[in-house]
Amino acid sequence: MRARLGHLALTAAALGGFAFLFMPIVVIVVFSFNQPVGRFNLVWHSFTLENWLHPFARDDINATVWRSLRVAFVSMVAAGVMGTLVALALVRYRFRGGALVNLLLVLPLTTPEIVMGSSLALLFLDRGVERSFWTIAIAHTMFCVSFVAITVKARLRGFDWTLEDAAMDLGAGPWRTFSRITFPLILPGVLAAALLSFSLSIDDFIITSFVAGEGDTTFPLYVFGAFQRELAPQVNVISTALLLLSVGALAASVLYQRARLR
Amino acid sequence: MAERDGGHRRPNRGRLAPYGLLAPGIIWLTLFFLVPLASLARMSLSSKQSRFDFVPSFSWDWANYSDVFSLYGTQLARSFGFALAATVLCLLIGYPLAYWVAVHGGRWRNVLIGLVVVPFFTSFLLRTISWTVLLADNGTVVQAARWAGLLRVLRAAGLIDGDRLLDTPLAVIGGLTYNFLPFMILPIYVSLEKIDLRLLDAAADLYASGTSTLRRVVFPLSLPGVFAGSLLTFIPASGDFVNAAFLGGTRSRMIGNVVQDRFLVQLDYPGAAAISLLMMAIITSAVLLYAKLLGTAELA
Repeated sequence: MRARLGHLALTAAALGGFAFLFMPIVVIVVFSFNQPVGRFNLVWHSFTLENWLHPFARDDINATVWRSLRVAFVSMVAAGVMGTLVALALVRYRFRGGALVNLLLVLPLTTPEIVMGSSLALLFLDRGVERSFWTIAIAHTMFCVSFVAITVKARLRGFDWTLEDAAMDLGAGPWRTFSRITFPLILPGVLAAALLSFSLSIDDFIITSFVAGEGDTTFPLYVFGAFQRELAPQVNVISTALLLLSVGALAASVLYQRARLR
Repeated sequence: MAERDGGHRRPNRGRLAPYGLLAPGIIWLTLFFLVPLASLARMSLSSKQSRFDFVPSFSWDWANYSDVFSLYGTQLARSFGFALAATVLCLLIGYPLAYWVAVHGGRWRNVLIGLVVVPFFTSFLLRTISWTVLLADNGTVVQAARWAGLLRVLRAAGLIDGDRLLDTPLAVIGGLTYNFLPFMILPIYVSLEKIDLRLLDAAADLYASGTSTLRRVVFPLSLPGVFAGSLLTFIPASGDFVNAAFLGGTRSRMIGNVVQDRFLVQLDYPGAAAISLLMMAIITSAVLLYAKLLGTAELA
């Protein structure tokens, strides 16, 4: 009887936790169908499909979304390559300084974003580097390298490296071994890490606010400013659409993996 | 010559190979993470000749540091207080959720833990703005809290003032809890998932009650997850300024708001640098102390 009650309480707590996580999401989705009165889409007025029929009605918002996508793509590719190489070195080789490398990878994760943002901004200021699209990409690549390296490293533990020896013994050259054996095997881990790095970059606000140039507003920077000026319902539409896209991508990858396992 | 290292490692062509692989990433992190920290340290010891002196000169000026305590002691203490409260709340909400998914999730485990991440595919700022809608004056949440007599309790605890939830310390703590909750849930889930469920049966067979199984078997095994989750919640929460900007009033400004204002609005670089570095020093000491308390030596 007591155990049953305990289980019931646990289930209730867990479901409550899920409800807490999803409450603001419900607000975002619902308000994408709102016809706001005034400049702020923060009070429910009446239902409309207008926003969804004209999701790209606002050129200023579109430009910031496009810029965010570009930054996220550039830093995903740069951090994906560099982070994967670091992970490969850490998992496959024993060398002096490995502990130091691990420490350097963890540090950006345990440093508050305002510290990284303000210090990078100072570096750019010191060296006379104009803040721009590229300074944002440099900053995002920096914190994504750590995330990619750590994620890929975790996935590569327990990987059977003798497969490479087997390929080499059968006469495959180093490049062929890498492209036919190593790369396909590490690919799922690398893709997961790349996806993580893309979503971290596209949503980053604090660091970006320090290193973005005057005219280089990303989507998060736009939303922050918009909270003071005006909040168009298109912001909700675009966010809901991005949410659906990423959930769809996630579901597709899960289904694909299940199908392959069968 | 190919030589084998440890039997299962591939032929090691030259000892330089790992360094070649490491070079791009490590150089990047050095140039854009470590070197900037040095710039920050240098700037924190520089002084401005006047308010409009935008190129402060280096002068071993420790005054910036003492200024932090005298001018922003309140905000500093408040930031760590809020972050601590949010971390505890995340643990209280996150642990049961992670436990439920890990133990009772069955074949839906992966889908359920995926659901934890889904909200985070929408903008962090927009989610925080949504809380202003949810907590709006005379909104459903406020009315329900008033009906349940919760507002009176919170007011007595000094977490809110008047009849509002918005623009209060409570709202900021709630926002921080919300925004960093997945960083608590995921590491705890990962450590719980590794536990062999048969251990629970074994404990029951040995006449351990549900609570003592939890206390003596499950919780100790999940400590690495609790440790990682607490750090991943506490550190970003203490440096955050978004939640305080959107959900807090003048009584809930955090140290992040001060740095942002000093740096981006007032252009007081030495002041902002001193606060940033001091914050990092405090966090690092707190992390080391916490690691000692929990007996977890490994960070990653």
